[in-house]
Amino acid sequence: MKLSALHQSYLNRRRSPLDSSVDAPSKSFLAVFWLVLHCLCCLISLLLGFRFSRLVFFFLVSTPSSSNLYSPPFRPDLPPPRIDLTPSNATTAEVKTSSSRVVVGRHGILIRPWPHPDPVEVMKAHRIIERVQREQKAVFGAGGKGSRTVIAVTPTYVRTFQALHLNGVMHSLMLVPYDVVWIVVEAGGVSNETASIVAKSGVRVIHVGFDQRMPNTWEDRGKVEVLMRLRALRVVKEEKLDGVVMFADDSNMHSMEFFDEIQNVKWFGAVSVGILAHSGNAEEMVMSMDKRREMVDEVEERSSLPVQGPACNATDKLIGWHVFNTLPYAGKSAVYIDDVAAVLPQKLEWCGFVLNSRILWDEAESKPEWVKEFGLLNENEGVESPLSLLNDPSMVEPLGSCGRQVLLWWLRVEARADSKFPPGWVIDPPLEITVAAKRTPWPDVPPEPPTKKKDQMSLSQGNNNVVVIPKQQQQQQQQQQQRSSKVRKPKRRSKRNKHEAKPTDTTTQVSSSTKHHQERN
Amino acid sequence: MKLTSWVLIFLACNLAFSTISAFRLSRSQPTERISGSAGDVLDDNPVGRLKVFVYELPSKYNKKILQKDPRCLTHMFAAEIYMQRFLLSSPVRTLNPEEADWFYVPVYTTCDLTPNGLPLPFKSPRMMRSAIQLIASNWPYWNRTEGADHFFVVPHDFGACFHYQEEKAIGRGILPLLQRATLVQTFGQRNHVCLKEGSITVPPYAPPQKMQSHLIPGKTPRSIFVYFRGLFYDVGNDPEGGYYASDDVLFVKNGHRGARAAVWENFKDNPLFDISTEHPTTYYEDMQRAIFCLCPLGWAPWSPRLVEAVIFGCIPVIIADDIVLPFADAIPWEDIGVFVDEKDVPYLDTILTSIPPEVILRKQRLLANPSMKQAMLFPQPAQPGDAFHQVLNGLARKLPHDRSVYLRAGEKLLNWTAGPVADLKPW
Repeated sequence: MKLSALHQSYLNRRRSPLDSSVDAPSKSFLAVFWLVLHCLCCLISLLLGFRFSRLVFFFLVSTPSSSNLYSPPFRPDLPPPRIDLTPSNATTAEVKTSSSRVVVGRHGILIRPWPHPDPVEVMKAHRIIERVQREQKAVFGAGGKGSRTVIAVTPTYVRTFQALHLNGVMHSLMLVPYDVVWIVVEAGGVSNETASIVAKSGVRVIHVGFDQRMPNTWEDRGKVEVLMRLRALRVVKEEKLDGVVMFADDSNMHSMEFFDEIQNVKWFGAVSVGILAHSGNAEEMVMSMDKRREMVDEVEERSSLPVQGPACNATDKLIGWHVFNTLPYAGKSAVYIDDVAAVLPQKLEWCGFVLNSRILWDEAESKPEWVKEFGLLNENEGVESPLSLLNDPSMVEPLGSCGRQVLLWWLRVEARADSKFPPGWVIDPPLEITVAAKRTPWPDVPPEPPTKKKDQMSLSQGNNNVVVIPKQQQQQQQQQQQRSSKVRKPKRRSKRNKHEAKPTDTTTQVSSSTKHHQERN
Repeated sequence: MKLTSWVLIFLACNLAFSTISAFRLSRSQPTERISGSAGDVLDDNPVGRLKVFVYELPSKYNKKILQKDPRCLTHMFAAEIYMQRFLLSSPVRTLNPEEADWFYVPVYTTCDLTPNGLPLPFKSPRMMRSAIQLIASNWPYWNRTEGADHFFVVPHDFGACFHYQEEKAIGRGILPLLQRATLVQTFGQRNHVCLKEGSITVPPYAPPQKMQSHLIPGKTPRSIFVYFRGLFYDVGNDPEGGYYASDDVLFVKNGHRGARAAVWENFKDNPLFDISTEHPTTYYEDMQRAIFCLCPLGWAPWSPRLVEAVIFGCIPVIIADDIVLPFADAIPWEDIGVFVDEKDVPYLDTILTSIPPEVILRKQRLLANPSMKQAMLFPQPAQPGDAFHQVLNGLARKLPHDRSVYLRAGEKLLNWTAGPVADLKPW
C-alpha cells in the first residue's frame, strides 16, 4: 500500500493512472494523510541527510519477511561503493535485494575477504593474454596465407669475425615470426665455437660439418661456400624439410620484411640485394667515390646502383638481372681475405634467391619441369649461382614488388687471417697486463680503487705496441702496476688505423686521446 | 548438343561459385563449425519449409506508433518492427491464409517511449488484447486454434508479462490471451513464469552498420583481459520512484541481484579488469581488444552486450543464473561463452584464469565463425543466416503442428476475462 502510494507520487507525470486502485471515498482523506506523512519524512531526511523513508520501510518489511531473506554478508566496515554515492544508497542496494520477494538466486552483494588482485591470478592471466596474442599473430600476421617454415642455410667457419656475423644472423632468425630451421654448415668440421654460438638461438639448428678448410682468397672462398650450400641443400632433401629455403650468409643483414616476403614464393624466387662493397680503407673509399663519379662521365651509361637482383619491365615480368657493376673496382678489389680493398660479390649472389624446399625433394610430384633434378646435380661441374638448379631461368619469380624493394644487404668484412681472439670470447685464464713503455708517463695509483670495471683497449701504431688488457677485478689487487710487460702482436684491424680506441663505458676515469694509459685498480 | 551441355556446365560452375554476401567481419581467421543440439542448423534455409501469413492490422497498431516515435527503430527492442518488415517482403510470406503454417500479428507493443527512450509497458496488455480481439473477429484462424499457430514478437524486458520490474512481471504472468501462442522474445530464464515453453529466444536488436563501422584490424593484439562498461549501482534508480533517468540507453539495468555491485566491489582495483561506468566513444574498439567481456544480468537477465561480444569476438562471460540465451537449440553457448554463477562472482578472476588456453582459443575460433555473428544480427535488408532466418528456422522446427492445436467445435481454452481489471479496458 505504502509502496504503491509512493510509487504514484514519484511517477504521477509519466505513468497512466493504471495502477492506482484506491477507493474513491477515502481517497481524499488518505491522500492528505500520506501527503502530510510524506512532508514529515522529507523534513526528517533533510535533517538527517539520507532517505529516512527507506530505513523505515526496511525495518517494516524486514521483520515479517526475515525468514525469506538470504542475509547478505555486507560488511559494514567497507568503504562506500562509489565516491559520489551517499551511504544510504549502499543501504538501498541492500534494502532492494533483501526486500524483494523473488528469491530465485538472490545473493546480495558478495564480497570476498580480500578484494584485491591475487598475484598468482595476474600472472596466469598474463600468460593467457600472451598465448592469445601469439595465436593472433600467427593467424593475422602473415596476411592469413599460412606460415611456412623458413629454412636458413648459413656457411660459416671459425674466425675472429665469426661471433660478430653469426650473432647478427642468429638474432634476425630469432625474430622471425615463423618456424625456422637453421642449417649451419661449418668449414673445417663441427667445432665448439660455432656450436656454442648457435646453441643460444632457440631455433632448431642442424649443424653440419664440411671437411674442407676455408681458403684464404675470396674467389676460392666463394667456391667452397657454394659447395657448403649444396651440402646443406642435400640435408634438406634427405630430411625432407618443408618450407622456404633462403641463404643467410653469416655476414649479411636481413630485414624482417624479407622473411614476410619470401612466404609468397611458389617455386623459385629472387629478391634484390643491396651490395655493400666496402673497401675498408676510408680514404680510399672516398677516393673511389670521386673516381667513380668521374668514370661515370667518361664511360657509357652504366647502372651504378649497388643492387643485385631481378629486373622487370613495366608489366612486372622478369626480363633480366641487375648485376653489380664491378668495373670501378677493376684491379683494385681484394684478393686475400684480409686485404684492404673492396670485396666484390659474384655475378649473382646466392643470398638473393629463395626456393621452395620441394624443388629439392626426390619425388617428381608437382615439381615443375623447368627445375632440374637436384639429386643428379654434379657439383664438380661448377655450380655458380642457384640458377644452375633450373632448366629455365626465366621462370624465376621476382619478389619484393618485382625487385624494387631491397630486402637484404650483402657485406663481406673479415679480420686478418692470422688474427687471434680468445676462444669462445671468454678471457680465461686471465691475461697478463702489459705496461706502458718508457715514453708514456705512468700515473700514480689512486688511493682507493674505483668500484667499476673499465674495459679499455687501445691501439697505437708505431714503436710502442702497447695493449692494456682488461682483467677480472679480483685479480687486480694482486697484480701490481709494475709488472713485466709483454708486447703483444698488434691486431691490425682494417677499420681502425690511426685512431685510438676510446673506453667503452662511462666510468670516471676516461682516457683522453693524449695517450694517458690508465689501469684499473 | 555439345554446346548446350557446355552451357549447362558453365551455368553449374557459376552457381557453384556464387558466394553469399555474408556480413564480412573476420577475414581469414580459422573458425570452427557450430553445431547445437539441433545440429548444424545455423545455415538452414527456411524458405520452402514454412509459410507465414501476415495479418493486415490497422496502422494504429504499428505504423502510427512508429510515426509518433521513430526512436523505436534504433533501440534494442526494434526487432519487432524489423521482423514485420522482413516478413512482408520475404519469400516465406503467403497471401493465402489457408495454406499458412504460422500467422504473424504485427503489433508494436514496445514503442511507447519515455523522454529518455525507455519503453513503458503499461498500455501494452491492452494493445495486445485489442489486436487479438480484432483478428479473432475478422478472421477465423484465431478461433480455430485459439492462437496456437500464431506468433508474436514481444521483445520487452520480461516478454509477455509486460512489466519492467521482475516482481510485478511475475505477479502479472504472461498475458492470458497469449497462453497458446508462440512468443518470440528476448527474455529467457528457466523456471520463470514469463518464459513460456516453446518460446523462441532472440537477441536484442543491435545496429549492424554502427557496429561494422567500428571494426579494427584483426591483428590488433587483444590486451585487455576482462572488459565491462555499465552501471554497477543505479544511482538514479529508485524502485519506489519508478523509472529511472540515465544518460545512456544501453546501461539502464538494475534489479541485478547484486551481481554487478559484487563485480565492482571485488575487482575495481584489479588491473586485469577494465570495468567502469564511463561509456567511452571507443567502446566497440575496446571490446575488440578484450579477451573476455562481462555480460552480467541487469534489470532483466538478457543484455545487448552478448550481441556485441559475439560480433567483436570477445568471449562473453555470462553472469545470470538460469538464463536462456538466444537460439539456444541452434547455438552451443556452453562452448562459446563462460557461465559464472552469481554466487561465484567474487572468484571471477580465479575462474577466468583457470580456463586452459586451448579452450579459450577454441572459443575464439567459434566466435569467429561468420554464421555465428550473422545469427545475432538483424540486418536490413535481411541476409541469409541472420536472426530473422533463425527465427523462421525455429518456427519451422516446430512444424508440423500437433493435432491438439486445432480445437474441436465449441471448445474454448482461453479465458478472455482473466487478468487485472485495468487490462480489460479497450485501447
